[in-house]
Amino acid sequence: MPAPIRLRELIRTIRTARTQAEEREMIQKECAAIRSSFREEDNTYRCRNVAKLLYMHMLGYPAHFGQLECLKLIASQKFTDKRIGYLGAMLLLDERQDVHLLMTNCIKNDLNHSTQYVQGLALCTLGCMGSSEMCRDLAGEVEKLLKTSNSYLRKKAALCAVHVIRKVPELMEMFLPATKNLLNEKNHGVLHTSVVLLTEMCERSPDMLAHFRKVSLVPQLVRILKNLIMSGYSPEHDVSGISDPFLQVRILRLLRILGRNDDDSSEAMNDILAQVATNTETSKNVGNAILYETVLTIMDIKSESGLRVLAINILGRFLLNNDKNIRYVALTSLLKTVQTDHNAVQRHRSTIVDCLKDLDVSIKRRAMELSFALVNGNNVRGMMKELLYFLDSCEPEFKADCASGIFLAAEKYAPSKRWHIDTIMRVLTTAGSYVRDDAVPNLIQLITNSVEMHAYTVQRLYKAILGDYSQQPLVQVASWCIGEYGDLLVSGQCEEEEPIQVTEDEVLDILESVLISNMSASVTRGYALTAIMKLSTRFTCTVNRIKKVVSIYGSSIDVELQQRAVEYNALFKKYDHMRPALLERMPVMEKVTTNGPTEIVQTNGETEPAVLETKPPPPGLQPATQANDLLDLLGGSDITPVIPTAPTSKPPSAGGELLDLLGDLNLTGSPVSAPAPQIAQPPFLLDGLSPQPLFNDIAAGIPSITAYNKNGLKIDFTFERSNTNPSITVITIQASNSTELDMTDFVFQAAVPKTFQLQLLSPSSSVIPAFNSGTITQVIKVLNPQKQQLRMRIKLTYNHKGSAMQDLAEVNNFPPQSWQ
Amino acid sequence: MIKFFLMVNKQGQTRLSRYYEHVEINKRTILEAEVIKNCLSRSKDQCSFIEYKDFRLVYRQYAALFVVVGINETENEMAVYELIHNFVEVLDKYFSRVVSQTLNLLWKISFKALV
Repeated sequence: MPAPIRLRELIRTIRTARTQAEEREMIQKECAAIRSSFREEDNTYRCRNVAKLLYMHMLGYPAHFGQLECLKLIASQKFTDKRIGYLGAMLLLDERQDVHLLMTNCIKNDLNHSTQYVQGLALCTLGCMGSSEMCRDLAGEVEKLLKTSNSYLRKKAALCAVHVIRKVPELMEMFLPATKNLLNEKNHGVLHTSVVLLTEMCERSPDMLAHFRKVSLVPQLVRILKNLIMSGYSPEHDVSGISDPFLQVRILRLLRILGRNDDDSSEAMNDILAQVATNTETSKNVGNAILYETVLTIMDIKSESGLRVLAINILGRFLLNNDKNIRYVALTSLLKTVQTDHNAVQRHRSTIVDCLKDLDVSIKRRAMELSFALVNGNNVRGMMKELLYFLDSCEPEFKADCASGIFLAAEKYAPSKRWHIDTIMRVLTTAGSYVRDDAVPNLIQLITNSVEMHAYTVQRLYKAILGDYSQQPLVQVASWCIGEYGDLLVSGQCEEEEPIQVTEDEVLDILESVLISNMSASVTRGYALTAIMKLSTRFTCTVNRIKKVVSIYGSSIDVELQQRAVEYNALFKKYDHMRPALLERMPVMEKVTTNGPTEIVQTNGETEPAVLETKPPPPGLQPATQANDLLDLLGGSDITPVIPTAPTSKPPSAGGELLDLLGDLNLTGSPVSAPAPQIAQPPFLLDGLSPQPLFNDIAAGIPSITAYNKNGLKIDFTFERSNTNPSITVITIQASNSTELDMTDFVFQAAVPKTFQLQLLSPSSSVIPAFNSGTITQVIKVLNPQKQQLRMRIKLTYNHKGSAMQDLAEVNNFPPQSWQ
Repeated sequence: MIKFFLMVNKQGQTRLSRYYEHVEINKRTILEAEVIKNCLSRSKDQCSFIEYKDFRLVYRQYAALFVVVGINETENEMAVYELIHNFVEVLDKYFSRVVSQTLNLLWKISFKALV
């Protein structure tokens, strides 16, 4: 058999291949030759064949049949064989293959070999692909080599130790004694790998971290760093004028880990950090890399404020640099520091906003995130202008994030309702199709809440979709609004803007075209159909037209539309007397939480939602609203609208769900006295951190009762009920203590019979001060749909006079006005 | 942590690749094709750091050859940028003139340098 071709020839031949198919053919031919050569057990050319195999593996072709050959090569005595064998083992073998365990013995022998290069090979391979069993077996050898005086071996052993620790963390203590002397080396290679080893140990185990802090590692590192900076030119370590920047960066990173949350260490390194920051040359990329690492370290440890200011100034300088890389890096670090040093970063706001206009995608993304983090009450108008402009011109992949960010920022900092609505409209018209799905219900809820802006809003929305109804979220919001406030639109009573003259027919025209258009999604059509239906109560002249439209869709192919149309038809025909009440104006919805991209979250504090309870208006009147401006940004659930429990209203349509009119109502022919619909959605009693609920009209003077009075503990109940929401009773308990000692860890629990629902909100505190000097208040909400007599069993636990007390009691003396 | 180190030419052919984490063979080719597509579409005055899936790419162009390194968030991107240059300088010193062709033919040795 002729000698197999050399690797170089193979590479040359492969490169002449012009197509993928040709290349595959050549490779297959060569693979076949290699396979037959392996079968022949040819020792002389094995190494060459395996080398070729490795090359083909790199190009992406399967090479698993070479694994055993690698093992044979490792076992051979020749250095060239061993070299290729170990290389092949690193590339082809890993712990998934069973064959790798066969290597353990070979590696063990080679670790004790007389030639350092063979030892080095073995260390490399172990450090690259050693499995946990292999590491456990050979860790002792590695540790021995870590202590040798040969720097070539020491540095490789250190890296191997890193891998061992990653695979088998329990062996970390074994390497601890060897690390004592590691930093005393002169050889930079050993220094570098030792720092890597120490970094790995500190990151993995807090005990190690504490140990190293005690063993005064920081002064040692500071000394090494100082030598690096101060020493003159050393040719073997020089990179563009700076001495061993890679080692400097590594040391800085280790200092960061050591100094995190530790005052003493941070103090020890303040000087050196300042020195590095001021002395490093910034003309080349190398210097900037070191400065970047320094800035990250300063921000992370407990540095003094002067140092932090220095760091932010360095970042500011980076921002003005021409080099894109540096600007990107500066924006990234500013993003990390904006939480803690908000004011300092604000100073660079104009530069950051300029970066929005940069051509580079990575920079634009960072600038956008940073801009959202910097928006606050003062600069919101200016920033929004810039961000809206950015939204216009940015790439599609940004538009969704940008739109969500703008919505969030607008909600938090809107200076006025009109501005807020204008901003939202602008976003909808420019990036309408990229807006997230949950933005639509949020917007609808927002619009409902700004009562005085209804006319203005509906007018603007109408104008917006008059021209173009292809952007689905815009059309959805617009059709909902037109459906709700169509009467305002037609009557032309807008204060903020020039009122436009719109007839009922024109409004219906536009809604019908949305229904017919091919561009409308099925959800949008649902919105439009419902809007048309609602207008049947708002409009006076065009009811017949509406009836016609609705009946057409009774035979629509889209099941959702068909169902709605059929139900609405039934409403017209059989239940016409209920129609006005059913389709009356929506009440203000409650807002619990809102979604948003998590990067936008700024503060640590949570803001609490204000619970709104409003009455549904009698037909034709505007609902009363309460202030609704605190939002919980960190929450995750969607809004759950409050469902008014007046008998004849229907649940609101959030997110375009099907209105199950007929399902929820009790159609026994007596509309007014139908019981409140069973609510399938999350209970209207919201779990939240909410303050006292406010009723519009408190049912006058329900007498309060003393529910419990024993052993100096007195608990009073006061009641609140709404006239139009009669099933909810809100009980405020006040617990007071007339003894001479405080009662601590007070916990109040209550239980009610099955026909009631109970919700307990968090108490004001858990300590009742003595001598009636203070009280604990807690709010209980009880839902009593069947108007049965209220009964409650309460359990009290508290600590008094050093002993734990517990008591059970039943409360039966509820006044009739509280539940009838 | 460095995830991988690639040297790819403008046509998308991999000249050298080293993965420091296990990646399936077929996934590697897909990864390399996508990475080189990302790098080729950048112009000269754009920054050398791209965010790709869950890691960052640091790339540098030398004539017809792209050197791309994939790192995760803990690494200093600019230090890696310098590292790439350092590596190319080492090869240059060793082979006295780095050209794509030479790199291929002395591939074995370049490979070792990465270990």
